[in-house]
Amino acid sequence: MDVIAFWILSAIVVTSAVCVIGARNPVHSVLWLILAFFTAAGLLVLIGAEFLAMLIVVVYVGAVAVLFLFVVMMLDVDFVELKQGTLQYWPFALMIGIAFLAEIILVTSATVTRDPSAFDPSPGAPTNAEAIGAVMYTEYLLLFQMSGIILLIAMIGAIVLTLRGRPDVKRQSIAKQTQRRRSDATELLDVEPGRGI
Amino acid sequence: MDLTLSHYLGLSAVLFTIGVVGIFVNRKNIIVILMAIELILLSVNINLAAFAVFTGTIAGQVFAMLVLTVAAAEAAVGLAILVVYFRNRGDISVESVDLMKG
Repeated sequence: MDVIAFWILSAIVVTSAVCVIGARNPVHSVLWLILAFFTAAGLLVLIGAEFLAMLIVVVYVGAVAVLFLFVVMMLDVDFVELKQGTLQYWPFALMIGIAFLAEIILVTSATVTRDPSAFDPSPGAPTNAEAIGAVMYTEYLLLFQMSGIILLIAMIGAIVLTLRGRPDVKRQSIAKQTQRRRSDATELLDVEPGRGI
Repeated sequence: MDLTLSHYLGLSAVLFTIGVVGIFVNRKNIIVILMAIELILLSVNINLAAFAVFTGTIAGQVFAMLVLTVAAAEAAVGLAILVVYFRNRGDISVESVDLMKG
């Protein structure tokens, strides 16, 4: 049963990955990417890594893929022009891909000669999220904090990169507004009758 | 027949290769190159999680989480650079990135 599910899910994930790199329209690429992420999450659920699977759904699908979607839709790019000449790269890319896959399979088949016993969750064992939480905030606390700092830096970097001060736009200056006093704006005049100011 | 580590290693090898091929195929379109990099990072995550589960250690899953963090940060900064570049040049073709005459 597990094996059948594995083959179905991996067929979907490989197909959608091929479609990501082969789709004509980048919006379709992003949608295929979302499908690939969802199925990968399913594959992780299959071996009992539920926390990581949910994290992939939240981070990859919820944040990264949506970010891609926004950028693809906001940039007004002529994608047909970008796609031209793609055909001439295919033979070269396939050659590299086959060589690369052969190398990886050689390496893994050389090192993984015997599989360790498959994962077997015994009753009473801590759940996946519990087990991760137990080490993440103790043993790997420093790494956890560092990843938080990396995210903060990435966030600041993205904001700094995309922020632009446009001189042609009128802006609200709150400091100027709050410092304004009544004497700056109004003037009390004693107007004599029959004469203007 | 049970699920073994080899199943997952094979799958992540195939995914990784598709990602690498994707970088070569879409040499002009930097958005798809970034997506191919995301695919590569996903395959690395599957690899780490599979090793962690099948060897009965939890450390691999924590590392996969850190890879996830870096992938998100990388996507955010990369796309921000892309947006700024598009604003300045008006297109995102990889071949036109020659401002530094490298």
